[in-house]
Amino acid sequence: MKNIIRIENLIFEYSHLEEEPAIRAVDNVSLNIETGSFTAIIGKNGSGKSTLAKNLNGLLLPSGGTVYVKQWDTRDDAHIWDVRQTAGMVFQNPDNQLVSSIVEDDVAFGPENLGIEPKEIRERVDKALADVNMGKYKKKAPHLLSGGQKQRIAIAGVVAMKPECIIFDEPTAMLDPKGREEIMSIIDELHREGITVVLITHFMEEAVRADRIIIMDDAKVLLDGTPEEVFAQEETLREANLEIPMAASLAHKLRKRGIKVPEDVITVERLVEFVCQYK
Amino acid sequence: MIRDITLGQYYAGESLIHRLDPRVKIIATLLFIVELFIVNNFIGFAVCAAALAVYVKVSKVPLSFILRGLKPILLIIIFTFCLNIFMIDGRIIWQLGFLKITVEGLLTAVFMGIRLVLLIIGSSLLTLTTKPISLTDGIERLLGPLARIGVPTHEIAMMMSIALRFIPTLLEETDKIMKAQQARGADFESGNLLARAKSLIPILVPLFVSAFRIAQDLAMAMEARCYRGGKGRTRMHEMRFRGNDYAALMILVLFLGVTIFMRMQLPSVL
Amino acid sequence: MPDEQLALDNINFDIYDGEIVGIIGHTGSGKSTLLQHLNGLLRPHSGTICIGDTDITAPGVLMKDIRRRVGLVFQYPEYQLFEETVAKDVAFGPKNLGLSDEEVEDRVKEAIGLVGLDYEKIKDRSPFELSGGQKRRVAIAGVLAMKPQVLVLDEPTAGLDPGAHKEILAMIQEVHKAQNNIIIFVSHNMGDIADLSDKVMVMNDGKLMMVGTPEEVFGQKERLAEIGLSVPPVTELMHALKDAGVPVKENILNLKDAEAEIYQYLQRKILHD
Repeated sequence: MKNIIRIENLIFEYSHLEEEPAIRAVDNVSLNIETGSFTAIIGKNGSGKSTLAKNLNGLLLPSGGTVYVKQWDTRDDAHIWDVRQTAGMVFQNPDNQLVSSIVEDDVAFGPENLGIEPKEIRERVDKALADVNMGKYKKKAPHLLSGGQKQRIAIAGVVAMKPECIIFDEPTAMLDPKGREEIMSIIDELHREGITVVLITHFMEEAVRADRIIIMDDAKVLLDGTPEEVFAQEETLREANLEIPMAASLAHKLRKRGIKVPEDVITVERLVEFVCQYK
Repeated sequence: MIRDITLGQYYAGESLIHRLDPRVKIIATLLFIVELFIVNNFIGFAVCAAALAVYVKVSKVPLSFILRGLKPILLIIIFTFCLNIFMIDGRIIWQLGFLKITVEGLLTAVFMGIRLVLLIIGSSLLTLTTKPISLTDGIERLLGPLARIGVPTHEIAMMMSIALRFIPTLLEETDKIMKAQQARGADFESGNLLARAKSLIPILVPLFVSAFRIAQDLAMAMEARCYRGGKGRTRMHEMRFRGNDYAALMILVLFLGVTIFMRMQLPSVL
Repeated sequence: MPDEQLALDNINFDIYDGEIVGIIGHTGSGKSTLLQHLNGLLRPHSGTICIGDTDITAPGVLMKDIRRRVGLVFQYPEYQLFEETVAKDVAFGPKNLGLSDEEVEDRVKEAIGLVGLDYEKIKDRSPFELSGGQKRRVAIAGVLAMKPQVLVLDEPTAGLDPGAHKEILAMIQEVHKAQNNIIIFVSHNMGDIADLSDKVMVMNDGKLMMVGTPEEVFGQKERLAEIGLSVPPVTELMHALKDAGVPVKENILNLKDAEAEIYQYLQRKILHD
């Protein structure tokens, strides 16, 4: 498989004030994101996960090391728009990322910036809005919509740019359970359609859907593997002040009491299946 | 509640006027204002009022809706009316102490009153029939030629449309902050002017912090969506003059001719 | 208002001293409107709200008196911080109550301690340079310093990471233990509601649909599902097991009981086979 994003020894430092020592938000991280994969990046606030995400499409540029999106170095000015068109981004606050006071105009914003022909923009906007089930709201004002609906518009705005990869930076953190579920099913759907998904989150139940989980702690990668592999490391996760999904935690507890629950039991469905074999 | 305040006073509709190119409507409004100043007699105003009536009819905006918009400026209209009626010297027809009404004063007051009312109705029709966002688009394109001499027309239009987008968001934010501070016992209603001004600090500081946070987030989101200024940017809504727009322009030019003709041929009131 | 609707419709409930009450309901169900009635920010068109012996809807009741009784912490309360220092910000509420300077200082100290922060270390810092979780604590301290008999919190853990989330919940329990006041909180997290509440109130469409203990309310999975609400994840799991034909008790609200129940079942089965 090809890698759409390659991160080599990435270091990112920043300082609030000139005279203060720099803070290292990302410390020598190397990893690749496979084309078509679904990767979840988890970590508590301040672990460096959001900084890492913003380095993936040149919104932040490395202090050391290199990030490649396809063949382009994110520091290469000549290709920065290729990088951002390839790797789109959806942010946490649904309100603060919508530019226009009309839904369809907002979705058109990205394609307009890319200089696409008006007729094609129209087609892309209609298709993107249909993809997120917001077609009938296209003439509405965003401030009249719910948080989940606004976030769907934001996703449509990125989808209309035809990215190959979408980075979701805590897209559900400010939503209620209904909005959260809506957004997660759209992410699943986009992944099924072949878009590479990078999901930054602190909800474990969301990360279970990914095929790879990367745990960030203290600016470094703490764990990296399939959900099964990662959630088996309960102690390490607890030390990093992270929780594991309820079903995985229950499986872990049963294991401690001597019941041989397989390592891959991390979801409710798998746990039910497991218990049922003893019926 | 504070968030009920609407801006721009747009009346949603699908009329012929609504569908006209915003540039035509902006030009029409400007021309109409010029015409109101060209006209110098009541027949001219009658013609202008008739034209406006046709415009309103075609736009399908209910008259009551338009008149409601006049309410806040009623005071200004009455004030100028009184100023004119009492202040102008001439043939006295009524007098009480230092107050006097003259024929000239009465005529001027009525004349100016009509001009003001027509002016306000005419310009409010622009915002009533044009979405704020189309309006900024139209302004951007009309000012387009100025970009060549270094006027940042795209940036101005972008700022206006972002402001329109975030006014409701900031109003909502203000509402929330006010309630939160009230819950902490803040009192915005009593005390003298100084005390009241001071009581705004607990609202203004968080509001500014919020505004900056929004600005930062939005800038980041716009960059992520490849925003790089107006250069090379296309637009989904193409603004192209269609038959209706050309017809409207023709009518406007004709009407301008009519008003100039009337000024030349008819005696002035003043 | 032109399109007048009943945001709240014939709500009746009693809350007793020392209770923790959890309110659930989806966005727009009237939860926030209800909370704002509790401390007089909104006034009911009809009906009464009594806090202790005082009817806060009666004409002539001083707002100050209501605010003293009922403290309301809004969603994302950190966005209301405005003073130069943490101590000054927390002092805003008590000062508005017209207390003496010494009294204000005592209360500020106590409130900052209650939310689990070190008064000496934090009092002179700017609230804007704190972490998200700390900011929220300071904001909550600002309401606690008014010593309300009833503390109302609207989604106190919204937007926090799991660590900060747990800390805020623990803090709420600490505050309750220390002051034995009434605590009313809104949450979308059914697990938190089940863990903390003595009483759960379910809002839907401006109406109070259910009131009861967590066991009573979450025992009605179907009724909750009808209005788009769920039961705690553990309860969900037990139902899934039951539906799959495993004879377990499904009305279980915490991980410990679930573990015990499943363990018992499995052990019995494994021993038998």
